[in-house]
Parts: sequence; C-alpha cells; structure tokens
Amino acid sequence: MLGFAQLFASRLVKAAAILIAIVVMNFFLVHAAPGDPAMVMAGEAGAADEKFVAQLREQFGLDRPLYEQLGTYVAKVVQGDLGFSYRQQRPVWDILAERLPATLVLTLTAFLLALAAGVALGTLAAIAVGTWADSAITVIALLAYATPIYWIGLMLSLLFSIQLGWLPAFGYETIGAGYTGLAHVADVAVHLILPVITLALFYMASYARLTRASMLEVRGLDFVKTAKAKGLTQSRIVTRHVLRNAILPVITVAGIQAGQLVGGSILIETVFAWPGIGRLAFEAVLQRDYQVLLGIFLVTSIMVILFNILTDILYGLVDPRIQVSQ
Amino acid sequence: MTTPLLDVPLLDVRGLSIALPPGADRPLAVDNLTFTLNPNEILCVVGESGSGKSMTAHAMMGLLPAPHVRVAGGSLLFKGRDVLTMPETEQRSLRGGRIAMVFQEPMTALNPLMRVGRQIGESLREHTDLTAPARRARVVELLAQVGLPNPAELAEAYPFRLSGGQRQRVMIAMALACQPDILIADEPTTALDVTTQKQILDLIRSIQAERHMGMMFITHDFGVVAEIAHRVAVMRHGKLVEYGPASDVLNRPQHPYTRQLIASVPHYIEHRDDHAKAGAPLLVADKVRKVFNVGGGLFKKSKEVVAGDDLSLTIHPGETVGLVGESGSGKSTLGRSIVGLIKPDSGRILFEGTDLLSLDRKGFRPYRRAVQMVFQDPYASLNPRHRVGDIVAQGPVAFGEDRSKALARARDLLAMVGLDGSAADRFPHEFSGGQRQRIGIARALAMEPKLLVADEPVSALDVSVQGQVLELLDDIRRRLNLAMLFITHDLRVAAQVCDTIAVMRRGRIVEMGTAREVFTHPRDAYTRSLLDAIPGKSWHIPDDLQKVPAGAH
Repeated sequence: MLGFAQLFASRLVKAAAILIAIVVMNFFLVHAAPGDPAMVMAGEAGAADEKFVAQLREQFGLDRPLYEQLGTYVAKVVQGDLGFSYRQQRPVWDILAERLPATLVLTLTAFLLALAAGVALGTLAAIAVGTWADSAITVIALLAYATPIYWIGLMLSLLFSIQLGWLPAFGYETIGAGYTGLAHVADVAVHLILPVITLALFYMASYARLTRASMLEVRGLDFVKTAKAKGLTQSRIVTRHVLRNAILPVITVAGIQAGQLVGGSILIETVFAWPGIGRLAFEAVLQRDYQVLLGIFLVTSIMVILFNILTDILYGLVDPRIQVSQ
Repeated sequence: MTTPLLDVPLLDVRGLSIALPPGADRPLAVDNLTFTLNPNEILCVVGESGSGKSMTAHAMMGLLPAPHVRVAGGSLLFKGRDVLTMPETEQRSLRGGRIAMVFQEPMTALNPLMRVGRQIGESLREHTDLTAPARRARVVELLAQVGLPNPAELAEAYPFRLSGGQRQRVMIAMALACQPDILIADEPTTALDVTTQKQILDLIRSIQAERHMGMMFITHDFGVVAEIAHRVAVMRHGKLVEYGPASDVLNRPQHPYTRQLIASVPHYIEHRDDHAKAGAPLLVADKVRKVFNVGGGLFKKSKEVVAGDDLSLTIHPGETVGLVGESGSGKSTLGRSIVGLIKPDSGRILFEGTDLLSLDRKGFRPYRRAVQMVFQDPYASLNPRHRVGDIVAQGPVAFGEDRSKALARARDLLAMVGLDGSAADRFPHEFSGGQRQRIGIARALAMEPKLLVADEPVSALDVSVQGQVLELLDDIRRRLNLAMLFITHDLRVAAQVCDTIAVMRRGRIVEMGTAREVFTHPRDAYTRSLLDAIPGKSWHIPDDLQKVPAGAH
C-alpha cells in the first residue's frame, strides 16, 4: 500500500507542475487572438472614440506590458483568485460556481450512463457475435456514433417534448416554480433526461464498439481456454475472465474522455438551453471576456488532470501489474 | 484405487474425425483416429505442428473453436460413455473434474488479473461442495504437492510474479484439483528451459504414478517420449501412422514417417572433430559488460539488471562457436552486442583487430556488412509487405549495389538455400516456417558476411525441418568458410553443429571449450546439470537411423 501512496503523491506533484504550465500557456493563447475586451465593449457601446477605448484599457490594466499582466494573473491564480469579469461586473469564481454544478450533473450522469450501457451492450454483442443481436447493436452504435449530436438532440426534443409533451424541451428547472428539497431534485431530473440521453448516446456508441472488439480479442487468449478446461460456466468465464481483462482499454479511453466532459457539452447545452460552463465559454469567447475564459480553461484543465489521476488509480486497482512497472 | 475395469478402457477414441472450415489446407484436421487410454498409463501422442494432436485433445475438452471446427464423426468414450453426445452440463462436469488439461504456454495460460490461488479454487468451486475456507486450505495443499515453496503466500500472488516453471506447476496443481481420472498435457514442457523441463517431467511422472491416472501427453520431442511414455501414438496430417508400446515405437519404428522423425532427433554426445584454428581470430570479445536499467521514474530509482558481465570469447575464420544457456542467461545480449544492435557498457569487441565499440555510426557501417544475423522467429523477422526478392536484395542495395544486379543475386541465393526461382516474387506469408528461415539465411548471406550470428535459428521449427535448416547452415558454412556464432538453448543442437561451446549462466560464461571437451568432460557443475537434464539420454537411437552427424568428416 506504501507503493500506492507514493504513486499517488508523485502524480500530484507532477499534476501541480503541469497545471502551472497550463495556466501560463492559456494566458498567452488567449492574448494571441486578435481583439481585446476594450474594443468589444467600446463597439457595443456604440459611439466610441480612441480616448474611451484607452480609458477602458487603463481601467482593466490592459495597457500594461504582457509579462506584467501574466505576473499579476499567475500570482492571483495561485492564491485562488480567478480575477474579475469587467463584462459582468462579478468575480469570475462566482460566475463559474454558478454554472459548474449544472454542467457536472449533466456530463457526469451522461458519462456514467454511457459507460454502463456501452459496456453492457458491447459485452452482449461479443457474446452473441455473428447473430442478429450483434448486428443490431453494431448498427445502433454506428448510427449513434455517426449522427451529429445536436441533430439527435433536436429530434428527441421534437418527439418527446413537442409531439408527445412528456418531457420539458429545454432549461435546467421550471422557471418561477420555486421548488425546494426533493421536488427541486425531481424537477431537475426531469429536465436532465433528454440532454443526458443525447450526450450519452454518442459516448455509449464508442464504449460499446470498444468493449465488443476488446472482448472478442480477449476471448481468444489462452487463459480463457484454461477457464473453459476447468469446466466453468459460460457466465462465469465471461464475467470473471474475459470482461475483467477486456475492460482495461475501455478504462483508458473513458479516462481520456472523462477529462473532456466539462468542455465537451457545448453543443448539448446550446440545444437544450442548459445553463452550464459550455455555453458560458461560448459567450465568453464572443465577448473577449479574458478573465472568464481563462477561468474556464483552468477549471477544465483541472478536470482533465483529476480524471487522469483517477484513471491511473483505477487502472492500478484493476490491473495488479501496473503498480510494479511504475 | 478400486479395481480397474480392464475391459473398458478409461478413454476409447473410435474413428474420430474433426472437420476444418472450407478453404483450409485439408478438409479434416483429424482423420478417422482410433486409440485407447488405460488407467495408470502414459500415452504419448507425437507429431509435428499441424498433425492434429492438439485438436484431438481440444475435442475431448470441448475446446474446439466452434462453429468453424467441429467433430465430423466418430466417438470419444470416457468410461464407456460418449462425451460428444452428452448434454453440455454433463460435459462441463467432466471438464476440469474427471478430465483435466495442462497447456503449453505457462506464460499466457493463467488469467493475469486473478490471484493464482483463486484460479485453482475456481475449479474446486465448480466441481466440489467444499466451503470457501476448505477450498483455500486445499489450494495451499495442492500448491505444496506440486513442489512450490511458501504455498500459502504463493496462493495470494498474481501470475506475473511467477517464473515459467512456477506457473506450469500452478497449472498442474489446477489440473489436479479435483483428482481427475485423465490428465491431458499439451506440450507442457516445450516453452520451458531444459533444467525446468526435467523438473516438470519428473513431477508429472511421479504424480501420475501416485494417482494411477491415465495420461495423454502431447509432444513433438522424441527425447521426452523416451523419458516418460508407456505407449506412443504417432500422428501425421491428422492420421495415426504408428501406435504401440513405447519400446517398440522407439527402438523398432515401422512407419517411414516415424523413422524419419526419429532420424532427425539431434544426437546427444555426437560432437564434431576438433576445429583446427588457423590464423588470427576473426572476432574477439573481451570482458564485455552490459547492464540494463529496468523501471524507475521521477521519484524511483531504476533497478540494475546485469545481462552480461566479463564475457570473453574468440571466433576464428570457419569456426562455429555455440553459445549455450537458459533463457535470461545473457546469450542473446552478447550476440546482439556483436552485431551492433546493443551497445555494451564496457569491454571491447575486436573484429579483425578493430574495436567495434570505439567506432561511431559511420565508422561502424562497413562492419554491418561483415557481421550478419539470423533471427529466431521466422514469422516476425521478415517484413510481411515486402516481396522476398526485395527483402534479400535490400541490404546490398543499401550499400550502393545496383538494384537489378542485387535482385539477380537474390535469386541465386534463394536457389542456394533450396527455394525455387519463383520465391523472389512472392510474399513471406506464402512460405512455411522452415522456408522463411531459409529466406532469413539468404538475406544474411546477401551481405557476404564473414561472421554469421544465428540466434536460436531453429527453435521455432519442427524437428524434421530443424534438421534440414541445420544441414543448410552447415553446408553454407563449409562452402563459404563462414565463421558462426550459434546461440541456442538446446544442447543437442549445439552438439550437432558447434566446434566450440561456451556455456552461459546468469550473464557469465561458466565454461568454454571444444565441443568434445564440454560434452565428454564438463568441468562446471552447471554444465553437468544441463547435460543431465537432456530428455531421453538413456534412449539409444536405433543404429540404422543414426545419420552421420553434420560436419563429421
């Protein structure tokens, strides 16, 4: 177990170093784009002369040399201060804190659903390889994988909300209803169904295909023959021997995709008017709201790093060989 | 043991046929096979790869890859009842319960993600009513029976912690878990080192005798047959060609195929005349040392593994030096260092007086021509996307030879190694293992080397093919007066082709001398244990089948 703690600690130290590099890189990336917030704000205000723009720049500290701006930014980030959005006249952290839960609820639910359904379908297809069930699952997975995600969202919402009227078409909760407690949870859950299914379908398809391929490969390995020669039942062979080994590549891919969850739901949030980080990022780009954008980048980077560490730990738990080689 | 029913054999195979899918090289993998296995008997099924011997075992265990490969006819009677027509649940209770199997590859036959104790316990869970603690106790008992140290601790280990020999012992413990009547062993020692092989063979034999099991032992090695068989069945292309008591088949083989197989068994102790060393040595390795760093990272120190230390040997023009040792002894490290694939940490490798290790990339280039290598795996060492002619011609072309000239020479070389003219236009996958190894030899010869390093060139091949390739190498050596470093784990092969033998163990050369010295008067205890472990020593190959050893004058 000491090796495990050591592994975890070393990963954390590496993660911190990577995070600082990301902060610096993000800063330059954002400033490399043409235009600045002062210009956008001045443009929106209508009649803007050079003096007004210069005044805005001075107010936001945009007239300072780049390295000075970077120094200020990094120093503040290290202290946990993500800055102040002059566009919205609120601290960036407050804006993010408001939007983050909605995105996390949406993407995590979709991710877990996709993982469970994908692995189950992939396993089924692999067991019944060559039969109609296998073909059906393969075709469904292919369709879900190939169809544009926003189109699926639109069609689902057209069918279930507009035609059938079963589910709300958009939003995070019923506006103005003022639910509290369990009623609030139920309200959010109903709003969740369509966006979650839409997002999950895409990921599910890739997990199903991956699981199927991996199962078929593992099924031909020697130790599965050993398991059969022991006279084990088919279900025990599949769950204990084949699936456990076949799941390893799925964990790798899922770990990579989990990191992108926060940033990867922009389309879904737009289609379903979901008040999450994705839409916030989109708006911040249009408005050149550097501080918010940098905040979002930072949060998504932390997510990626966090999920990578999580994947490594999970991998170490599932595969005993990993701890040794590290 | 209860009185055995001698009139009903333990296993009675009658007219068994196994069909291959359409498009295979032959319609039946096993063709009308009939034999019996009695209690307390070891039946050796002998044949080369593709003879259908493993298929027979797999049919018995219900392991045929359905639906492509299926039993086409005949019956498999276990104690008088046909296994093939039994309902699936009954078949399953036989599998692992009454009939158990040990496989060839111990490195891959165990689930890498499951503790070995649990893997053995699974069998007990399926076939007995033992409670979980009772199962655990039985597992430890079984591991102790197969001679594993610290069985209680070992039961908690994952397979990757165990050596090949230990894993094979775990496999045997797993097979014995439910006290089966029949044990099928499919080449259980082929993947093991010779000393480990001896230990496992001894273990299998003693366990079989103790429990009076009927045992079907599948092998390609007549040495192993001579060690353990009571009866022998020889198979070829799915048909049984000879079947009888071991003493008859081994000493008075009737069928021409059996005679051919026995004739190609490398003869132990047959060594060449001493090589007359003439002139200056071609290659001198002087105190070569190579250390590999394994593992390690930002916060962890890597582990040092000494692959070779203080390795010194000389090779004279026309001499064949054998480098013999078990896996991990460092023989390939030395071979690769000489070819320049690995850079040793210290020491000198002198080729015609020039120290190869002191040369830079450019300076080394001419010597790449002079020292060529033949690799172990003929399947993996040829680029599958290139035509054979191009593979052979590539080396000379890279050294500036005209392409059409190089291709013409490639054809000559392919003819020289015994392949016909059309070979140059075909792809490697169209050839058998032995033919591919011939291509590998032609490729090495295209560079007109002075020294050939052959790293286990025949260990992936069947015995009869092995004999042919060894003869080819010897023929070429004599015609071109090539010097050769021949790396092998098989002392019998080394005895056949080498003038000088260097025995390696754990990165060091423990003994070096002429083949005659080493085989008749081994000085090192390790060499003696290696010689002692050769299977079938006591068996004298029938005189009329002893061919003249290669290289004898």
